[in-house]
Amino acid sequence: MFSIKEISFSYSKKGVELFNGFSMDLEAGNVYGLLGKNGAGKSTLIYLMTGLLTPQGGEVLMDGENVRRRLPKTMSDIFLVPEEFELPRLSLKEYVKINAPFYPRFSMEDMQRYLDIFEMGGDMNVKLHALSMGQKKKVFMAFAFATNTRALIMDEPTNGLDIPSKSQFRKLVSAGMTDDKMMLISTHQVRDISDILDHVIIIDQSKVLLNAGIADVMDRVAFRPVQAGDQPIFVLQSPLGAIGAVPAQPGEETAVDLEMLFNATLQNPEAINQLFTASK
Amino acid sequence: MNFKDNKAIYLQIADRIGNQILSGTLTPDGKVPSVRELAAEIEVNANTVARTYDHLQQSGVIYTKRGLGYFVSPDAKEKIVALRREQLMQGEMDYFMSQLKAVGITPAELQQIYQDYINA
Repeated sequence: MFSIKEISFSYSKKGVELFNGFSMDLEAGNVYGLLGKNGAGKSTLIYLMTGLLTPQGGEVLMDGENVRRRLPKTMSDIFLVPEEFELPRLSLKEYVKINAPFYPRFSMEDMQRYLDIFEMGGDMNVKLHALSMGQKKKVFMAFAFATNTRALIMDEPTNGLDIPSKSQFRKLVSAGMTDDKMMLISTHQVRDISDILDHVIIIDQSKVLLNAGIADVMDRVAFRPVQAGDQPIFVLQSPLGAIGAVPAQPGEETAVDLEMLFNATLQNPEAINQLFTASK
Repeated sequence: MNFKDNKAIYLQIADRIGNQILSGTLTPDGKVPSVRELAAEIEVNANTVARTYDHLQQSGVIYTKRGLGYFVSPDAKEKIVALRREQLMQGEMDYFMSQLKAVGITPAELQQIYQDYINA
């Protein structure tokens, strides 16, 4: 669906290049987690993918069209939920009336269903500017999901959500995902989203350190207590002893611990790269 | 070997469904929730649930009717008990035995403990 080809980008001419020859493909039917440290370029990448920033070199294509052209057919099929945003002084009803027509597959029925998941259902006359930050985020995300754009891109969606809302967010993703859609969730709060991903992308210093399906991660890496003879990629001391990310033995399957995978990848990118490029 | 290992999510979900079949929440030839329903309910990726259903189907615990979804096999309970027995003997029993030996519990003592447990 998305093809990012050899893009380079820096915010100023003299500034550090955030991306240099960066390439990546994203396919429909997947929920991607985009992980990286603060300043790794996650948000910049998202703005480049949605045509809000223009790369100095290379291009970003969605279904073969360059996103920087911002064609109506492209823009009506992408929805971006930024980390921070303002909502206008309107009622929810007015907001939907004005904005929904830009998205041909918008469904009011879905909107109600998603508001219900967030326990925000019922009152379409609620004034958007009267809502708390967390409530604004929930209403905006319910709208985002209800547009049914094929690409839904969210920057730190769980920031500002309380604990029950984080759980509701996961429900929303599982309920709103279909095979023709692609979701990209950028976050450093990996615990919030680890079970809802199909695919994990870890970037650092403008490089893709890991781009792998969760099933592939499970085949290749085990997350468990370290045993004699293991060659762990990452070790964490816990009250119960050393636990770590270790190369999985044949047939060994453990639950993927994204936080540990993230730390392992940043600390030991060569070992991760070797493990994932080896044929299985 | 530590048996309290970090079990793959799709297998944790399989255990959950197994428990529901053993407890009678899911009945023989009864419908199993759709992949998407269950994914939303337990907040996991739909492909993970699909993998669970593949696994359960291959083990004969559930079966599929084209276009209608998944159903509990008539002999699902027996299948689950057999599978769990196998898992127990391969993994946890081994660890348990090593602990019994380490603290010096004799076969006679073990027999008594187990007998008391069953009678309780």
